[in-house]
Amino acid sequence: MIERKYDTVIIGGGPAGIAAVIKAVELGLKTVLIENKDLLGGIPLQCVHPGFGIHYFKEDLTGTQFIHRLLDRMEKLGVECLLKAHVCSIEYKDYGEKIVNVITRNGVMKLNAKTIIYTAGARERHLFEIGVVGDRPDGVYTAGEAQTLMDIYGIMPGKEIVIVGSGDVGLIMARRFALEGAQVKAVIEILPYPGGLMRNVTQCLKDFNIPLLLSHDVVKVVGRKRVEKVVVAKVDENFRPIEGTEFEIPCDTVVIAAGLRPNIDLLEKLGVLIDSATGGPVVNELLESSVPGVFVAGNALVINDLVDYVVEQGELAVKGAYIFVSSNGISTVDWKSVVKGRNVRLVVPHYISGKRDVTILSRVAKPERKVFVRVSEIDVKEFHIAVRPAEMIKLDLKKEALSKAVNESKITLEVVPVG
Amino acid sequence: MTIQYRVIIVGAGIVGASIARILSMYGNFDVRLVEKEPDVGWGVSKANTSIIHPGHEEDPNTHPLRAELCKKGSEIWREWARELDIPAKWPGELMVFTNEEEEESARKYVELAKINKIPGVRIVYGEELKHMEPYVNPDAVGAVYAPTAGAISPFEAVIAVVENAVDNCVKLLTETEVKGVRVQGGKVVGAETNRGFIEGDILINATGLHADKISHMACVEPNFFIRPRRGEYLLFDEDVKVKPIRILHTTPTPITKGVYATTTVHGNLMIGPTAEDLPLDAKDETSTSTGGLEKMWKEAGKILMELPPRSKVVRTFAGLRPEPPDGHWLLKAYDDPWGFVNVAGMRSPGLTAAPAIAYYILDQMVKLFDIRLLKKRNWNPYRRGIVGLNGSSLHEIDELIKKNPDYGEVLCYCKMVSKAEILEAVERMKKIGVKTITIDGVKFRTCAGMGRCQGSFCRWRIALLISQYTNTPLDKVVVKKATYGIGDVKVLLRAMLQTDS
Repeated sequence: MIERKYDTVIIGGGPAGIAAVIKAVELGLKTVLIENKDLLGGIPLQCVHPGFGIHYFKEDLTGTQFIHRLLDRMEKLGVECLLKAHVCSIEYKDYGEKIVNVITRNGVMKLNAKTIIYTAGARERHLFEIGVVGDRPDGVYTAGEAQTLMDIYGIMPGKEIVIVGSGDVGLIMARRFALEGAQVKAVIEILPYPGGLMRNVTQCLKDFNIPLLLSHDVVKVVGRKRVEKVVVAKVDENFRPIEGTEFEIPCDTVVIAAGLRPNIDLLEKLGVLIDSATGGPVVNELLESSVPGVFVAGNALVINDLVDYVVEQGELAVKGAYIFVSSNGISTVDWKSVVKGRNVRLVVPHYISGKRDVTILSRVAKPERKVFVRVSEIDVKEFHIAVRPAEMIKLDLKKEALSKAVNESKITLEVVPVG
Repeated sequence: MTIQYRVIIVGAGIVGASIARILSMYGNFDVRLVEKEPDVGWGVSKANTSIIHPGHEEDPNTHPLRAELCKKGSEIWREWARELDIPAKWPGELMVFTNEEEEESARKYVELAKINKIPGVRIVYGEELKHMEPYVNPDAVGAVYAPTAGAISPFEAVIAVVENAVDNCVKLLTETEVKGVRVQGGKVVGAETNRGFIEGDILINATGLHADKISHMACVEPNFFIRPRRGEYLLFDEDVKVKPIRILHTTPTPITKGVYATTTVHGNLMIGPTAEDLPLDAKDETSTSTGGLEKMWKEAGKILMELPPRSKVVRTFAGLRPEPPDGHWLLKAYDDPWGFVNVAGMRSPGLTAAPAIAYYILDQMVKLFDIRLLKKRNWNPYRRGIVGLNGSSLHEIDELIKKNPDYGEVLCYCKMVSKAEILEAVERMKKIGVKTITIDGVKFRTCAGMGRCQGSFCRWRIALLISQYTNTPLDKVVVKKATYGIGDVKVLLRAMLQTDS
């Protein structure tokens, strides 16, 4: 078995991992980037739609353009990458020593790492996980799978499409199918409001006359060989189908866009503490998890709306790894927990020191209009005309403001109505 | 010289495959195993509880064949699992009772165990029960412990048995559906199929749910009908907390063996089945229902300490059991028409008994058709499974990669399946005579796509490999029964859009 030593091992070659490796090499850390597939880039490679890079590059790019800008930067630096390499386990040896076991075509590699940056992205929820019953015919795809087929391999999955879930992925795939001439029969959403960004509801559905059925659920898939139809029903406030409201939509394809889950199997096995709200690890402001020296960024940390945030997290995690490597660990401080207050469903990071500028990302539990996003301990409040679960709230807190909380053991993020 | 009989076995499920294997031991038979699906084991054999029953649940007074062959089958499976490298385990089972009434009916099975000579069956209570099964519901009063119960992977069992049978000169004909049984002068002369006429002197009907139809084609047992009995199942992720060590089940009712909670040989918690009689013609009604799954949830709660969260469900599925009148298996060779054999109505414990049924059928044939058996000298009893990364140590994986670098390319993350394993599955399918290499066929041979992502990460990668190694365009690769895609994005529907406008 091949053995090597690194300051930091980055697991996952999507946008978070690429951003991280660039930063790490710039900072002089001995780094390797590991990717399972035969090319770097991750999901943006197959995203031919725009909306990428508005914050980070101050330009509206497609996913493909966005990721190539990052890849160009990376190539100029000369970065060590392992492609077609699969991390099968991570072993914790000591505070400053973890072993990343990697399966490659050249054999098993044991990478000794002071720090790990885990950027393995997310996985898609599937039909069975969301409780759809009925037949199990061919013609059921997850949205990402359908996108890979269409935009990497040029294959059309089907022509009469029903999309389950109105998150951004579902909305974008509805438009993709419509653009290629498929008939998108409906986008079905169990919640009373769309799951994706408002701009996507307009640009992907309204502009293409695709019906969005809110408070509806697919109760059954029917088909002997291939999908023949779905049975849809209205749901009550507990998301239970209302009897008598069922109707059928004939279709040959069902696309499941029922949300993403951080892909954290390896971290769970390593013993990292998981936040049930985000589905990702509990982290401090440097994105270090509960296992020392293991940092997490991108959709493996929390499902992000924008790739721009993912890239920023990748860079921040490297900052953490750099501190860890150069000062033999993260210095001991009195961590303050970031508490979820009124109408806050999730928040990242979970702990802050109060001594650095931090960006708090959060989502609300339910939509509201005219609210303050507030941290009362430090007298910070920001007005929002509307907040929706689909749209992450990004709150930048300066260390000067945070110094007001010097004697607090927590700060509370809450969303409160104006007046 | 001995006459060689041309035998057509219709149906490559566990029963047909087992008969093929047994017949392949003798020089007397030239065997064709005929299957309507693209692959073997896609009917009843695929979706069931996967239990090898000890035989203490069969009443020899009402169902003597079931009692005898269940016990024998359970013994033979131990040998077959070793010879054929079939994933199997033998943890024993606990029939859990929660009150006096259930205890009373559970006691019956101890008596049956005595009559059927099933070893080691006894009742365990309280502390001992909890010691044997830490995940049992703490409210359970006791259980009937049957140490000889086991579990196998049923779809891999069929594949293994067929591979071995083909290795011993059985010919497998997939995608071949029998449309008629031709009889001349009171003798079977062959089968009409969608691929033409197949000559045969003996036709063995092992067609699961459709055995009544095939029997009627030969004008045999016109009043015999098979009723599909549906069972729904829930399969959980490997990482759930509650994974019973033993095979747990509730006390049986007149129509089912009870609801089971087991950890499959692949490490998933599985609960089920329901038991629901369907109309006679509903022989492909394998849909799941909210009601059925809810019921499972409730029943399993009675025997398990706790149930995992719903978000840990990785798959729900339903299978059909072929239920014959009064639960009587129809295992019979006929002399009118001469050469016809029914192996029909193989309801539970059909999987357990399958190897014993195969011997029993051979015996019936020998007697009725007056066959003097001639053992092949070069018969090979062994078959090896596909060696995989999952379960291998890092050192073993390193060795595998040295021999074949394709082991170093992991395509299915959840079950850690390499390119080498997938290619070997494709090769093995070709070798036994599978005409259409399906993604499902690869899944059943390697477990690729059976994990928590249910194939969203790897399905297209496996499809690509199949496309490459079978010279099939990617969109024409078959998943289970339909193609993965419908054509090329650029030329297909976009062109239609332009004509429309």
